[in-house]
Amino acid sequence: MTSESTSWTRYAAPAAFYPLAGRLIPWFAVPAAVLTAVGLYMALWAVPSDFRQGDAYRIMYIHVPAAWMSMWLYVVMAVYAALGLVVRTRLSSMMAQAIAPTGALFTFLALWTGSFWGRPMWGTWWVWDARLTSELVLLFLYLGVIALMAAIDDPRRADRAGGVLALVGVINVPIIYFSVKWWNTLHQGASIRMGAAPTMGKSMLWAILVMTLAFWMYSFVTSFVRVRAIILERERHAEWAQRLVDNRS
Amino acid sequence: MTGPLQAVGWVVRRDLTLALRRRADVLTSLFFFVIVVSLFPLGVGPEMATLRTMGPGVVWVAALLASMLSLGRLFALDYLDGTLEQMLVAPYPLALLVLGKVGAHWLASGLPLVLIAPFLGLQFGLAASSLKVLMAALLLGTPTLSLLGAIGAALTLGLRGGGVLLALLVLPLYVPVLIFGAGAVESHAAGLGAQGHLSLLAAFLVLAAVFTPWATAVALRISLD
Repeated sequence: MTSESTSWTRYAAPAAFYPLAGRLIPWFAVPAAVLTAVGLYMALWAVPSDFRQGDAYRIMYIHVPAAWMSMWLYVVMAVYAALGLVVRTRLSSMMAQAIAPTGALFTFLALWTGSFWGRPMWGTWWVWDARLTSELVLLFLYLGVIALMAAIDDPRRADRAGGVLALVGVINVPIIYFSVKWWNTLHQGASIRMGAAPTMGKSMLWAILVMTLAFWMYSFVTSFVRVRAIILERERHAEWAQRLVDNRS
Repeated sequence: MTGPLQAVGWVVRRDLTLALRRRADVLTSLFFFVIVVSLFPLGVGPEMATLRTMGPGVVWVAALLASMLSLGRLFALDYLDGTLEQMLVAPYPLALLVLGKVGAHWLASGLPLVLIAPFLGLQFGLAASSLKVLMAALLLGTPTLSLLGAIGAALTLGLRGGGVLLALLVLPLYVPVLIFGAGAVESHAAGLGAQGHLSLLAAFLVLAAVFTPWATAVALRISLD
């Protein structure tokens, strides 16, 4: 083995990354499970209930981490897409494709829990709040990337087209957010506003951070599982993939 | 050899000539615009007070849909007859040629929407001064729609189900233009003045004119690879 092939860049090759991802999955899956259990315990039992909102506010411990992850994963996806376009590493585009469904899932989760939270708090399932609306647009952007990649048969073109769309989206997300925010303040004036808790207790903050970390670990697991499937599907004609299948059967 | 600007001029003239020869295509999306706007009063009832508050938004949403529908034609015919490949190998920056094509496309399909919008505004009982603001907002906003839509049109070139996919890709990107376009008229009607909204629309147009032709050129190269 040359020194070049032993450096970490060799994992940019799908054939090398496939077993590595397989070995890494447990290292993220176990923390994800443990952190979810700890986070949920903190959120549902350890943290005191809010004096105004009662226990209903506890959905925040799912809602806020899901919303954070939905935005973060879009950025990560765009970075991988950019790498795939500029450096032309196939694995980067595969990672972008693998992250998209998880990101869309968290966006949907954030919208859904937001709606469940809004019902007892504001008395309505949906408010055209700036954050809700831009989260909805974010979901559309995720679905656009997924749909475009699914519609193109040639994987190389699908990767690059999806990459361009992800990058256009990531530039647009802040513009959309501020547009919706100004539109919202123009329209809604004195009606219901997303009232953030004035001071968040330390234990509440910890519970949110633990849940966020749990979601993050979960995203690693699903992305790795999915990217392994994508690698295997695309490299099915390669010798190493054939050998893998032969060994398994 | 002709200069790049001259080449852009040729692209614009060629596309405009083609649009004039196929007048039915242009008129179809214009009538679509008119019909969609006219359906709304039938759906929500003829109370003028309701219609007046809805008017700008309805006209804008219909303009969004109409300009999206016409996007399919932006590159499709040139793609089929091989002109697009010639543009890719031409000794001019592709982004510049794209800008020319989008400009011609806007002249053929965007400008008619702007010109007919005041008549539709009358159906919704908008005041004369509101109609002026509506036209100004459309004049600044519809080119941005064409520029943004060109990226989607380039990405979905030659795909099955391209039309519906195009809507999914492009409509979320239209959100800021819709907000400030419709907002301009509403804010004018509320006596707040439309200056801020129109300035933002102009800013979007400048940003889009600088960056989107480049992204569209990249997308075209990917689709024709």
